[in-house]
Amino acid sequence: MTQASPSRRWSPPPLIRNPFQRWALILGAIVYLLLAISTLRIDVARIIQGLDRGSRMFAGFLQPDFVSRWTDIQAGILESLTMTVVATVIGVAISIPIGFGAARNVAPLPIYLFCRAWVALARTFQEVIIAILFVVMMGFGPLAGVLTLSFTTIGFLAKLLAEDIEEIDPSQVEAIRATGASWLQVMTYGVLPQVMPRLVGLTVYRFDINLRESAVVGLVGAGGIGSTLQTAFGRYEFDTAGAILLIIIGLVMVTEIASGVIRKQLQ
Amino acid sequence: MPVQTVNGVQVWQRRDRVGAFKHWLGWLVGTLIFLGCWHIISEATTWAFVWDAPQQGGQLLSRMIPPRWSYLNQLWQPLWDTLNIATLGTILSVAIALPLSFLAARNTTPHPIARAIALVVIVTSRSVNSLIWALLLVAIIGPGVLAGVLSIALRSIGFLGKLFSEAIEEIDQLPVEAITATGASEFSILTYGIVPQVLPTFAGVSVFRWDVNIRESTVLGLVGAGGIGISLSASVNGLQWSQVSVIFIAIFAMVFLSEWVSATVRKSII
Repeated sequence: MTQASPSRRWSPPPLIRNPFQRWALILGAIVYLLLAISTLRIDVARIIQGLDRGSRMFAGFLQPDFVSRWTDIQAGILESLTMTVVATVIGVAISIPIGFGAARNVAPLPIYLFCRAWVALARTFQEVIIAILFVVMMGFGPLAGVLTLSFTTIGFLAKLLAEDIEEIDPSQVEAIRATGASWLQVMTYGVLPQVMPRLVGLTVYRFDINLRESAVVGLVGAGGIGSTLQTAFGRYEFDTAGAILLIIIGLVMVTEIASGVIRKQLQ
Repeated sequence: MPVQTVNGVQVWQRRDRVGAFKHWLGWLVGTLIFLGCWHIISEATTWAFVWDAPQQGGQLLSRMIPPRWSYLNQLWQPLWDTLNIATLGTILSVAIALPLSFLAARNTTPHPIARAIALVVIVTSRSVNSLIWALLLVAIIGPGVLAGVLSIALRSIGFLGKLFSEAIEEIDQLPVEAITATGASEFSILTYGIVPQVLPTFAGVSVFRWDVNIRESTVLGLVGAGGIGISLSASVNGLQWSQVSVIFIAIFAMVFLSEWVSATVRKSII
């Protein structure tokens, strides 16, 4: 506030208090934005040329063709759904021991570090990259997709489960331990009941995510509705592609609403 | 709590008879569904290739090591592109999600129909993965960074819009009432009553999404939408596995750094 100001006008405090830091940040952001936008290389001619294809695509989406490739679409959906179920079950089954191992309050240090490293590895790479590796190793088909989704499920579920286990109420664990229970009994009666609602909630949520991702891993040949979509695009059958996209959106919406309802009931 | 008397001794059980039966039935049905699904997957799998996988994996690893470090010099440009795709995409999606979220939030929406439209936009954007958006956009506007930026933005609008509007719905009404009582205009209520309350959440969520977008933009190149994914797909298709490992290390470093940046920024905001 300078005293020279005629009216005492209040202005909200800035987000970053140090003016030097604030201006440096703003200046840096502007320079970066200019540099970044200059790399965009917008090719107007190509965009105009593409608009024609875009309008055909849009027309295809407005008149989706569910019928002519229905058997392919049906097979793709079935494969996506089965991939999701199998991958979620396998992923959760592996995540539970790793999640316990990655919780500092129940696992010894070497196991903790091992499990944490595993979680970090599973979280770094995008599903599609992992899918490429599995496709190279196992050949095309839904099994590569199942393994990809299981692997990424571990990174997600084990991490959140471990965080939840680290926040449990220790008095219940102590009470069970005081009865002379074994380690396994302490886990099943002291720890597991405390994290169970969240574990079920996360599983349902992950099922939802896996269904979404199962549509994507197919783009690199790992089975599911993504493969069908890729084929439809390759043949320039935009009406079929539109139908597939609408089905994906519908499926995702249904599972999202269902998983929301289930998770709300659990709380 | 069900207690049974067996030979005059009280035995505690976790569930009563009906409960145990239901529990068992649930597991039975679940297992059957899983086995049925597994059967379908198994039918569609060429098992000879799978038994071959450990050998294939070993060969892959032996070709990946040692990484061809000289290839790194060709990666700076794609890495820079990847960063730009994620950052510009996030900025664009924040710019669109901001007004959208005020339309979608129950307490700030001007009209129920506007809210319904905003919600449909959010859900549609969330349901389609950025890679699929990229597939569409590459066909329309051609391969390149721009398609990547737009597909990242299209996917992020839904995510940001959902979390933004939830933050708006959870605000404290008292400051809003206080500012309304001064006779402030609608716009002033928004900027002085609501925005200061949600700004930290907005910033935190946006930075978090930027971090996710870095990860997503590493693969957009697989369908031609720019970034390091182009180098990855070229190297995989050319069976240049020693280059693939360099790319993996570069991606790992980039994701690690962005996660660190995002965590630091979010910690300083909250």
